Amino acid sequence: MSEPTRDLIVIGAGPAGMAAALAARRRGLDVLLLDEQPDVGGQIYRSITTTDAQRQRILGPDYSHGASLADAVKAAGIAHWPGTAVWQVDTDKTVHALRGGANHHIAAKALVIATGAMERPFPVPGWTLPGVMTAGAGQILLKNASLVPRAPAVLAGCGPLLYLLAAQYLRAGVAIQAILDTAGGTDWRLAIRHATALLAGWGYVRKGLGLLREIKAAGVPFHQGVEKLRIEGADAAEAVAFTSRGQAHRIPCGLVLLHQGVVPNNQVTWSLRAQHHWDDEQLCWVPTCDAWGQTSLPGIYVAGDGAGIGGALVAELQGELAGIAVANALGQGERQDGEAQRARIRQHLAIRPFLNQQYRPKDEFRIPADDVIVCRCEEVTAGSIRAQVALGCSGPNQTKSFSRCGMGPCQGRQCGLTVTEVIAQATGLPPADVGYYRIRPPLKSLTLAQLASE
Amino acid sequence: MASNQPLFQPLPAVQPAPDTVSVQVDGAPVRMSRQASLAAGLLAAGVTAVRRSPVGGEARAPYCMMGVCFECLVHVDGVPNQQACLVVPQEGMRVQTLRSLAASESEGAHV
Amino acid sequence: MNTHTSDVVVVGGGLVGSAVAYGLLRQGLSVAIVDGGDDALRASRGNFGLVWVQGKGYGLADYARWSFGSARLWPGLRDALREETGIDVELQQAGGLHICLTEDEMRQRLERLEWLRREVNDPAYQHTALSADEARQRLPGLGPEVHGATYSPMDGHCNPLKLLRALHAANQRRGAAVFNRIQVDGIAHQGGVFTVRAGENRWQAPRVVVAAGLATQALAAMVDMFVPVRPNKGQVLITERVAPFLTHPTNYIRQTDEGTVQIGDSMEEAGYDDMVRSPVNAKIAARAVRCFPALANARVVRTWAALRIMSPDGFPMYQESATLPGAFAVTCHSGVTLAANHAYTIAPWIAGGGKPAAIAAFAATRFTPDTEVKPYGI
Repeated sequence: MSEPTRDLIVIGAGPAGMAAALAARRRGLDVLLLDEQPDVGGQIYRSITTTDAQRQRILGPDYSHGASLADAVKAAGIAHWPGTAVWQVDTDKTVHALRGGANHHIAAKALVIATGAMERPFPVPGWTLPGVMTAGAGQILLKNASLVPRAPAVLAGCGPLLYLLAAQYLRAGVAIQAILDTAGGTDWRLAIRHATALLAGWGYVRKGLGLLREIKAAGVPFHQGVEKLRIEGADAAEAVAFTSRGQAHRIPCGLVLLHQGVVPNNQVTWSLRAQHHWDDEQLCWVPTCDAWGQTSLPGIYVAGDGAGIGGALVAELQGELAGIAVANALGQGERQDGEAQRARIRQHLAIRPFLNQQYRPKDEFRIPADDVIVCRCEEVTAGSIRAQVALGCSGPNQTKSFSRCGMGPCQGRQCGLTVTEVIAQATGLPPADVGYYRIRPPLKSLTLAQLASE
Repeated sequence: MASNQPLFQPLPAVQPAPDTVSVQVDGAPVRMSRQASLAAGLLAAGVTAVRRSPVGGEARAPYCMMGVCFECLVHVDGVPNQQACLVVPQEGMRVQTLRSLAASESEGAHV
Repeated sequence: MNTHTSDVVVVGGGLVGSAVAYGLLRQGLSVAIVDGGDDALRASRGNFGLVWVQGKGYGLADYARWSFGSARLWPGLRDALREETGIDVELQQAGGLHICLTEDEMRQRLERLEWLRREVNDPAYQHTALSADEARQRLPGLGPEVHGATYSPMDGHCNPLKLLRALHAANQRRGAAVFNRIQVDGIAHQGGVFTVRAGENRWQAPRVVVAAGLATQALAAMVDMFVPVRPNKGQVLITERVAPFLTHPTNYIRQTDEGTVQIGDSMEEAGYDDMVRSPVNAKIAARAVRCFPALANARVVRTWAALRIMSPDGFPMYQESATLPGAFAVTCHSGVTLAANHAYTIAPWIAGGGKPAAIAAFAATRFTPDTEVKPYGI
């Protein structure tokens, strides 16, 4: 099914996507906003349009901020296609998407890709068992479905989102069995080194310290310096085993929520063969962009966590920048220079180097032992990847072709970073030289009949 | 209908009560909120595993709840391999998990 | 500067280079294999996996004989690789079908196959014309739009990625020295010794084999050979695993040993563009559904586009440099079907045996820079 050409298609209706659509619309552009979810908000503001007072109290004011964006999008009359799965994006900016089972291809003069972030893979023994989920999943269940753990859960990993979820559960009156902190522990020398940034980002720091206070005040067992984390069980999670400060522990538990940070969800930009670079501080791939968020492909922009992890407020500002850039490029409305947005982004990002170092996931949890499953879809272990490297494979596409790692339905989303780093360690090459999977459409599967109906 | 104790439960009574529909899960009726994803509805109903891995046959369950892990694949109205976390429950929807599918069926599509 | 010496240097570690290297190692030679990086074009990763004979060689019967010969040697290669590496490359040679969707296609197809049967003139080289009903008996689920098919017992398929892995494993076990991520920038020659050069690294041997896919032309020129190759783009779709339904491979569709359905086959002159694009992927999907209507609901999980190697007439090139004996070029389109011949027939020639009569027709010298190039399109 063919559509008229739009000025701008925005892929992803989280804060970046909403802000981009709004900025472009305010300059008079014809905008189409696409998202897989039934309504706007992305993940950070998931279900903001259908939430209630109880959830808002639990989730906190940062979450409620999303309502203003959602309201603005509706008020501006931006064309919005929810429940729409983008399965192919072309370099000429045509977007192929499934909506209600029907295939559409839509041309555009510009694209803003605002697909956000996803959880960093956390490959530990037993991570594929039922009863093991991400902390992000826990938060989505709370936002989307008002659901909380029935029995006390174990939260394991590191990073602000883990502590935020813990605090939210405590506010909801949900007991937490234990928090297993895999970070190195508060490094105050590090904090001093980043003192200026910490001051600039004091709001974030104070927030983080506040969360930790909440958690400590509730008396939740808090284990630090966690290593040798493994989840045990036959058909489902039954216990978590680990060491902390040299002591071995085993906690019987049916629900384990894992989290060690979020990383950009880059499937779209990789599939376009946009240029990416390895960010050693964030330990992930980031699309290479100019000051407006334009990728190496003219007219294709990235905004939000998909451009590098910066959080929801940075995402909003980047979205605005991208929308302005597109309007500038199409000569619509008064040209803006984006400097005000960039200045605020810099302020918000000042804290990031500290956070990245403080919550840097340990090697053990990014580059696992041989017997740990790396590719969940095809059940390929880290050991198998290393064996393919020994056979002469120097990158993830070769290991993929020899082991099937990355060939399953998730198309590398859950294993890509791990594989790049396992190969880097095995070959001694830096991740930047090892490279990433060649990502191909369909970004979401579709039937042969749907594909044929183009 | 839950074979296990659910891993998740709702917050105390939400006002106003969410709009619910009746969904058939493995042949048994389950009430689900239309505002929550099908995957959330399954978890709340005590479904702990939804499919078998096509490689080793192990039970798998929803992991990310946001459409990037592809673990929550279920049959919906006869169509296999739907990501339950992206499906909006509808009145009369028929959902099949590994509990009502033959081993080979829960791994992949039938032609 | 690092210099490695061996009996042979094979430039290219794909299906062709690896099969030739395997054959050379079997001959007792020491072999260095120099291969590109993970992001090199790698036609070997884009192979459809057919071990196919029927229809090949129209216009040059020697190619039909060459393909047929290789297919007959294939079980031996499969057995040897399984024994040496433990890897089963899943060879199935129970016959294959070429599906025809129109009367015209069928007629042209039969004309072609009849020409080949007469020229090859070997009772073992055969095909059968099948009506739509007869084809459906062999392939239940074949759709009503199918006009007919041609069946040949000579045809089959394997798992091409397992084949490449098995060859790599076998070569490693036999002591090949493998160098990855290499970009060759020169091949020099002095006093009977070739020196392959990449930056500060050198590989020296009295024999060098250029089997580098699309890079073959530039490299062969360094050893005085004109070996014209150009890219031919093919897009392929792969579905999720489905219950077994396809007992024989066909020209467009085969079901892999993993249960997934692999669907092709397109041919485009697209230069070096290897992006998956519409509308070709849609046309491939539509044709698959016409062939097997029940596939309409099978989900496409991934796709790829690979740049395969095409010579001006589509047939292989096996050439020893006239002015620099000991330098060889080996290039073809069907790296899977011909793997057995590459290991068992080409390698002994390169090792110093006589040139097999079977490859006389495939000299690269049949082309000059003025040779007209036949276009290929979907």
